[in-house]
Amino acid sequence: MDSRTYIGRVRGLGSAKHGGEHWLKQRLTAIGNVLLTTWFVLSLLMIPSFDHAALAQWLSQPLVAVPMILMIANIFAHVRLGLQVLIEDYVHDDGLKFATMTLLNFYVIASAVFGIFVVAKLAFTGAPA
Amino acid sequence: MAKNPNRPLSPHLQVYRWSPQMAISIFHRGTGFILATAGMMTLLWWLSAIGGGAESYATFEQYVISAGAEGSGLQTVSNWFFRLVALAVTFSFFQHLASGLRHLVLDIGAGYELKTNRTWASVAFVAAFFATAFVALFVASRFLGVL
Repeated sequence: MDSRTYIGRVRGLGSAKHGGEHWLKQRLTAIGNVLLTTWFVLSLLMIPSFDHAALAQWLSQPLVAVPMILMIANIFAHVRLGLQVLIEDYVHDDGLKFATMTLLNFYVIASAVFGIFVVAKLAFTGAPA
Repeated sequence: MAKNPNRPLSPHLQVYRWSPQMAISIFHRGTGFILATAGMMTLLWWLSAIGGGAESYATFEQYVISAGAEGSGLQTVSNWFFRLVALAVTFSFFQHLASGLRHLVLDIGAGYELKTNRTWASVAFVAAFFATAFVALFVASRFLGVL
């Protein structure tokens, strides 16, 4: 049995080469979100009408559909990183941690794909009558 | 290695007096969670209702925005529920934005002096409160016919 501490066992082995990745991605998606959600909130406040026809027309414009798709992708990437930290901090049981992490990945990927598909379909084929 | 639950713990939350710096930290988490779940699900529902056509959007309006006078009891309850959700998500958005910007400043190594740190934590809360109030008043006057 190895009686050394955890830190003693890993010291001197060198870095795993992606220690800063999660941290950096979280910041980069955060900066992206500042820009994209500012665009989204200002757009919402300035939309002239919330009738379905007007909204569908608004959402299908390239200059709305593209930032909307970017925002959905960027937000869910940020959600993935942020909720991962929550799980790591509060779920201590290994099995439960694996299960919640899997659920998180399902949630994030399914939601992002769904949202992007909805916007793309509307932009490419127009709103159904 | 087996975990011994009786190991001594360092002093934790309950022994400290609450400060804006502590509050903003946990608010950043809480609001992030609200945005990630309630915020994003409502956004996706709204987008898919627009994409689903006029009838689908009418259903969204009846449950989320306003069922109007002839709405059923369930729809009225749902309207009030989503008004609370909208308020919570709006506050969460501005709070998470403000504390997130604060984090970006802290990440470059600035703003750790005790007074500065405390001041900007309070500023983030105040900014989020006023931004939420502005949006709530704007929505109330423009869409709900209040004011």
